[in-house]
Amino acid sequence: MLDTIKLKYFQGNQFIPDIPNAPMRSQFRGFPILKKCEGCTLDESICPTGALKANPLSIDMGKCTLCGECKCEAVQFSNYYKLASTDRNKLIVTEDMTPEEFAKTAIEARKEIKRVFSKSLKLRQVSAAGCNGCEMELNACSNCNFDMGRFGIDFVASPRHADGIVITGPISENMAYALEDCYKSTPDPKIVILAGACAISGGVFQNSSKLNREFLEKYPIDLYIPGCPVHPLTFINGVLDFISKK
Amino acid sequence: MNWIVTENNKKINALDIPAVSIEEIKSDIENMKMRVVGFFGKQEYENVRLYVVMADDKIGKLYVTSTIFTPNMKSYESFTQKFPAFHIFEREFYEEFGIEPLNHPWLKPVRINQDKYPFFEMQGEDIHQVAVGPIHAGVIEPGHFRFMCLGEKVYDLEIMLGYQHRGVEELFLKNKRYNNRLAESVCGDSVIAYNMAYSQAMEALSGTEITSKAQIIRRVALEMERIAIHIGDMGAIAGDMAYLMGASIFGITRTLVINTMLEISGSRFGRGLINVGGVNFDIDDKMSDKIIEMLDGVAKTVDRTTKVMLKTPSCISRMERTGCVSAENAKALGAVGMAARSSGVDIDTRFDFNDKWYTSLDVVKPFKATGDVHSRFMLRYKEIKQSMQIVKKLLAKLKEFKSEAIKVTPNNMLAPNSFVISMTEGWRGEVVHIALTGANGELLRYKMKDPSFNNWYMLAMAVRNNGVSDFPLCNKSFNLSYCGNDL
Repeated sequence: MLDTIKLKYFQGNQFIPDIPNAPMRSQFRGFPILKKCEGCTLDESICPTGALKANPLSIDMGKCTLCGECKCEAVQFSNYYKLASTDRNKLIVTEDMTPEEFAKTAIEARKEIKRVFSKSLKLRQVSAAGCNGCEMELNACSNCNFDMGRFGIDFVASPRHADGIVITGPISENMAYALEDCYKSTPDPKIVILAGACAISGGVFQNSSKLNREFLEKYPIDLYIPGCPVHPLTFINGVLDFISKK
Repeated sequence: MNWIVTENNKKINALDIPAVSIEEIKSDIENMKMRVVGFFGKQEYENVRLYVVMADDKIGKLYVTSTIFTPNMKSYESFTQKFPAFHIFEREFYEEFGIEPLNHPWLKPVRINQDKYPFFEMQGEDIHQVAVGPIHAGVIEPGHFRFMCLGEKVYDLEIMLGYQHRGVEELFLKNKRYNNRLAESVCGDSVIAYNMAYSQAMEALSGTEITSKAQIIRRVALEMERIAIHIGDMGAIAGDMAYLMGASIFGITRTLVINTMLEISGSRFGRGLINVGGVNFDIDDKMSDKIIEMLDGVAKTVDRTTKVMLKTPSCISRMERTGCVSAENAKALGAVGMAARSSGVDIDTRFDFNDKWYTSLDVVKPFKATGDVHSRFMLRYKEIKQSMQIVKKLLAKLKEFKSEAIKVTPNNMLAPNSFVISMTEGWRGEVVHIALTGANGELLRYKMKDPSFNNWYMLAMAVRNNGVSDFPLCNKSFNLSYCGNDL
């Protein structure tokens, strides 16, 4: 027992005190900054997911794996990590767009959502053919560093206890039924969050013949959180901005 | 014996691979006493050609041969009856090409047709079944488990996977460019291992020689991945024993390792670090010092926490003699990697298959394996320490190659009619990628094998005669991959 208490003492406090303003390492590839570059021709086909469009210059964060393959004078990646949006179309970053501009309008949640969920949001996660990258990062959201539970946001074991579901992965044919079943088992009112490039657009798997993404057409999606995988700060801040009254 | 002898990452001419009868292969396998690393088919006009790859770990050689099934040959006598390690390979081959291995003891689906899966049944008044999944209680990948229990005791566990099937092997063939990003996403917890195996296969096929510096950086990243995931797993094992102090401390200690990875490559799991032709990010002296400093700090915490855990009776009693797999069973099932080593099967492709960067390091790998959860926990601890040693030695070596470039422009044409086997020892075990090109250098077949593919059945063996409540602990102690299995 004494040893265990000693262990705790040696660790000190390691939680991130201010999640919304947590600093991010400069090397992190986050929000892309696009500038016109005279005389340079961008090869769209270097992008593994087709997120990059050369004319006019744009990057679709819903498809982007933030791999940095396209990095050049015209395309830079900032370490800005609040990439979530309630509107799929707003994830398309165009020339000269700044992170501040993006943040202003990215998340527009209905009043009812804030009223119902701002103090407590229990989520059921469904891995629909996710590669375990997003799953590991979502698990990390609940560790002692990020400690998402302090905001009343938690992952729960059953859809019956949940206020919404978080989908990761491109949704394989084999998971389509279980996913829909899970959604139906979640009591109303409920929200749907897509986490990661795979869930939002199919990501690197978008050309696979083994996917079944009908679910996304059938049901409304409330929040898109890009990343490959989603960084815990991107996820927590995305959800916080979505539910908090501010 | 009509087999081609080859090595890891060595290109061979596909036309040289002999085509012999299936009976001959079977009798050869009996004499060879080696383990299987590849058993897969390829459509050749109306015929199906079955390639068999065996590995000799003692001398680090690979043996390849093949057999041809004409359209009227619809079955053969299964290998599994004699060599249980083939069971999953034969099931996969049957599922993909419809050629039936006769008298296979459990010819069940691997990745498709889950609604028609014939589960084993047990009869009796006190027998009950527990069905779990595909969606599990935690934030993990999908898979279905079916327990046959008598009271609290598990008699048998059946594992039905396939929910993660995304057709990755096909996707590799559709690409016209090198697709390292797809390789990274096959299995997101083994990003470096998969990307390395893919890159090495492509480099062997295209004749691209990468610099020593790039090779060392790749291996540093591979070992850091091993350290990070092992620490995370030790935390998860602690969590499943309800030892929350361990879960919390290992959790935050892992963060230190992956955040250093973020500083190197811009991603916490090393995505975007490796490309065909080398690596995209350098490790300079400053970063090198930073890594060593981080590892020293992490080592201290891991040592201290492990020591306390091993002094805690409640932890020891949960881990010891839980989920045992004997060396004999592990070997028969063809187990590989960390799980096999923890049962006393001493195979490690880093050292067995002549990788000059590893064999020159002079690291010891002694381990007394008992095959239970405790053994897998301790093996992780020892491998973390070993990997730290390796990283430090590699970083010292890196200084000798300071002036070298980190990447070269790869040759974009793959050699025609070639065959290459690329194995990388990820944290879970050997990741095997096999590539086959056609007459114009186009990829005709891309076959991957995750260590989990061999090891899932080992988990089923481990939980036999254990309490059903020990399943999460056993499961976590293996931490097998769903997506690596389902592809």
